[in-house]
Amino acid sequence: MNEEQAREVLLQALAEVAPEADPGTIDPDVPLGEQLDLDSIDLFNLIVVVAERTGVEVPDRDYPRLATLKGAIAYLAEPPDGGP
Amino acid sequence: MADFTMPALGADMEAGTLLEWRVKPGDAVRRGDIVAVVDTDKAEIEVEIFEDGVVEELLVEEGTKVPVGTPLARVRGADGEGPPVQTPPPAPEHVAAPAPASPPPSPSPSEHRPRVSPLARRTAERLGIDLAEIHGSGPGGAITQADVERAAGAPAAPSPPPPPPPPPTEPAPPSRQDAMRGAIGALMARSKREIPHYYLETKIEMSRALAWLEQHNAKLPVAERLLPAVLLLKAVATAAAETPEMNGFWVDGEYRPAAEVHLGIAISLHGGGLIAPALHDADRKSPGELMAALLDLVSRARGGRLRSSEMSDSTITVTNLGERGADLVHGVIYPPQVALVGFGAIRERPWVAEGMVGARPVVTATLAADHRASDGIEGSRFLALVDRKLQSPEDL
Repeated sequence: MNEEQAREVLLQALAEVAPEADPGTIDPDVPLGEQLDLDSIDLFNLIVVVAERTGVEVPDRDYPRLATLKGAIAYLAEPPDGGP
Repeated sequence: MADFTMPALGADMEAGTLLEWRVKPGDAVRRGDIVAVVDTDKAEIEVEIFEDGVVEELLVEEGTKVPVGTPLARVRGADGEGPPVQTPPPAPEHVAAPAPASPPPSPSPSEHRPRVSPLARRTAERLGIDLAEIHGSGPGGAITQADVERAAGAPAAPSPPPPPPPPPTEPAPPSRQDAMRGAIGALMARSKREIPHYYLETKIEMSRALAWLEQHNAKLPVAERLLPAVLLLKAVATAAAETPEMNGFWVDGEYRPAAEVHLGIAISLHGGGLIAPALHDADRKSPGELMAALLDLVSRARGGRLRSSEMSDSTITVTNLGERGADLVHGVIYPPQVALVGFGAIRERPWVAEGMVGARPVVTATLAADHRASDGIEGSRFLALVDRKLQSPEDL
């Protein structure tokens, strides 16, 4: 998956999990939870949707690397185990 | 013949708007069936019936706001007659405060809660813009940051034209946000007025619980994994089952312990406000079942469709601030319950074990309890029991 595809998947997943969020205004460097008022349940739902779409099963310990949009794009574009 | 009445969906509810009937005269209903949708100040609730019977007549039309206790429908019992058709016991006592003058019934359900992005809401507050006057262009009509900025830059919105301001003599009905703020305020003020709270706190070392969780989750696909919150909830639920002084209701001047543990979960709503529906029989659910029930409850709380039993029968409540939260919370008890457990964020802290200081994940658990129903010694034992359960996560 390239970065553009990763961004697309993440923005779609965010639209499902946090329909009130406005993708156009997301700052890629600020944690998503902070800027979109997402709690751990929302972030869990986000990672579930991402796994459904991409097959990438993010281990618990890697969650912090997906905190920001920028980090999440980089992670999905190059998952540690090479991806599915 | 019995009346199905407007239920008290939470101790703070004085009146509700019947939004929708799910039954019609002649329909047979069974205990637990959803028969109507009612709008409280806080949410739209699917109301369950608690007796079998046949609907004879609907007494209140859709869109009508009526006080709690008003007959909504006549229901013939299965045996031709029966006890009054009621909401689930224990029906929390109603707020004794005089009912405010009823505002006119709200327009239509879809207009109750314009979806607004948190950013847009903050911007609107900052700029003093009324969200009700903004036409949302986001998904499902959600109001976006861009909409707010547009409204700010264009005092005369091009399309659609803003509705004419209401005549100054007739104040507009309160928005959902204001109504919810008012309902929370009234209930919490009553709690602080009537309940002699006492507070305890204890720090719980979480490395065993989190290590167990990581190991458990490592074997599972993302969708089946557990969140740390599930272990906290399960520990409280099982401790509550073993501590009758904390799990029950203060009603009519006396304490009534509850037979089941229905864990109230304080859920913050994205548009602002708070709701604390019950997670039923939480002590008897496995962690996996509890996780699924929690996700379902949170999604329905935020999506606006909770059930009447969930609104009225919590036996003890938990508020969990989560990872971005403060270190600890001293909660306010939900009447008629007698205890509320609070968890702050789980954070790495210096922790002394075997004479050595090390960094460990620690959560501060607090208990707010009703001094009429228990004393500090029981409260302390209860928190110690929660701690002990979290030290044996494999048994949760």
